[in-house]
Amino acid sequence: MSLLVRLRPVAFVAALLVIWQVAVSLSPVHILPGPWEVVGGIVDLIQHGLLLKYVVASLFRVTWGFTLAAVLAIPAGLTIGWYGRAEMALNPIVQILRPISPLAWIPIAILWFGVGDLASIFLIFVGCFFPLVLTAINAVQSVPAVYVNAGRNFGLSPAALVYRVLYPAVIPQLLVGLRITLGVAWLVVVAAEMIAVNSGLGFLIVDARNAGNRYDLVVAGMVIIGLIGLLLDLGMRSLEKVKSLRWSYSEE
Amino acid sequence: MSLSPSPETKLTAERIGMVFKRDGNSTNVLRDINLTVGRGEFLCVLGPSGCGKSTLLNTMAGFLSPTSGEIRIDGEAVRGPDPRRIFVFQERGVFPWLTVEGNIGFGLFKLSRAEREQRIAHYVQLVGLEGFQKAYPAELSGGMKQRLEVARALAVNPDMLFLDEPFGALDSITRLTMRRELLRIWEAEKNTIIFVTHDIDEAVQLADRVAVMSDRPATIQQIVEIDIAHPRDIGSARYLELRHGIFDQLGLAHKV
Repeated sequence: MSLLVRLRPVAFVAALLVIWQVAVSLSPVHILPGPWEVVGGIVDLIQHGLLLKYVVASLFRVTWGFTLAAVLAIPAGLTIGWYGRAEMALNPIVQILRPISPLAWIPIAILWFGVGDLASIFLIFVGCFFPLVLTAINAVQSVPAVYVNAGRNFGLSPAALVYRVLYPAVIPQLLVGLRITLGVAWLVVVAAEMIAVNSGLGFLIVDARNAGNRYDLVVAGMVIIGLIGLLLDLGMRSLEKVKSLRWSYSEE
Repeated sequence: MSLSPSPETKLTAERIGMVFKRDGNSTNVLRDINLTVGRGEFLCVLGPSGCGKSTLLNTMAGFLSPTSGEIRIDGEAVRGPDPRRIFVFQERGVFPWLTVEGNIGFGLFKLSRAEREQRIAHYVQLVGLEGFQKAYPAELSGGMKQRLEVARALAVNPDMLFLDEPFGALDSITRLTMRRELLRIWEAEKNTIIFVTHDIDEAVQLADRVAVMSDRPATIQQIVEIDIAHPRDIGSARYLELRHGIFDQLGLAHKV
């Protein structure tokens, strides 16, 4: 019974693949490569050593852009949220910069960093920084005053108060923010690679189209992007299951 | 046990006034509060919700500064919270990211590991949480969380406890048990306790003296001495007399 339940999504995906293959073979015009062609494309990429190279290139940029953003945005957001006055001063700037799509920064990224890794890392950084600042501000502002008062009551130094009360209190909300933002980073890297560099999965998609309409490679790139995005999300979700971090999810 | 307040003074509040200003409006919350609490005394501050008794407790604990007047504990003016005097919130105050042991040991960071573990074990037993040392607060009932918070406060050996309607969120049976537990602990540890409540019975069952607060701006309307030895017979004539007296006082002040 449980095996059947577990097999259900697999069966569903298999059914979709079959429908895809049948629809493509029945279609009079070539609107999309079929699943077999895509598998052929992926095999092609592996044989040329490009798949691993491009995946590594994309992950490299995401790692740097995302980590830099997290390292700078979280302390900044926590500080802004903690000191009400800082929030009043900085909030308008954050609110204006936040709705600007990271893609709008592409020309400036190229102007500042040229075509290359730095430009796309910068774009990912921009895409992650503002959402993370806001997450951190919200997280610290939603810490109940009783926790802070209790911490002060037991004679904690300011540093200990941050480490023993604020940090554990905000961690669950930060983890949710980081998971969402990592998804954003993965969206942005593909777009950045279409313009600002000549490697990575985004570049693969544009290059495959430009260099002879290899739509099997285009869709292969899309499938790989989807799979890696799923793995990144699962990785972040597994952090939320750590017992000492799980408290806010179990308390309904 | 002494029935009258101890001759030795623990806390004095002198002409405490508190005015909150918000959006240009100022609210007079406390007015001219004068109070003396003896060492080892159990004092209940009784008044209806929203009368300012919580504000008074917060100024005594050092979380708020009064607009006027001064609070002194052991002769020293209160300037902020202090680990010698622990504030017990309703069970909301336990840290959900720490286990029972972690919570009780929270304030013991200056002790050696062995001492800390010994202290934790002692207070786990005192509040009857054996078997739950590794449990997180989300796995505990409301009454257990409340006992956990009291244990966390007691573990640092405070000489004063401030309790802000600590049993308000509990069901009536658990509440009765908790009152008995608190009296037992108080008799064992001999701390000075200031206990805020809106429940007349709770005040008369627990306190050496009951400070009855008036409506806002709150001031102390009367201090009633509860001259019945523990364990108190809540059907006795004296108990009912004191209870009715306080009820009349509150009725006069708040016209129920």
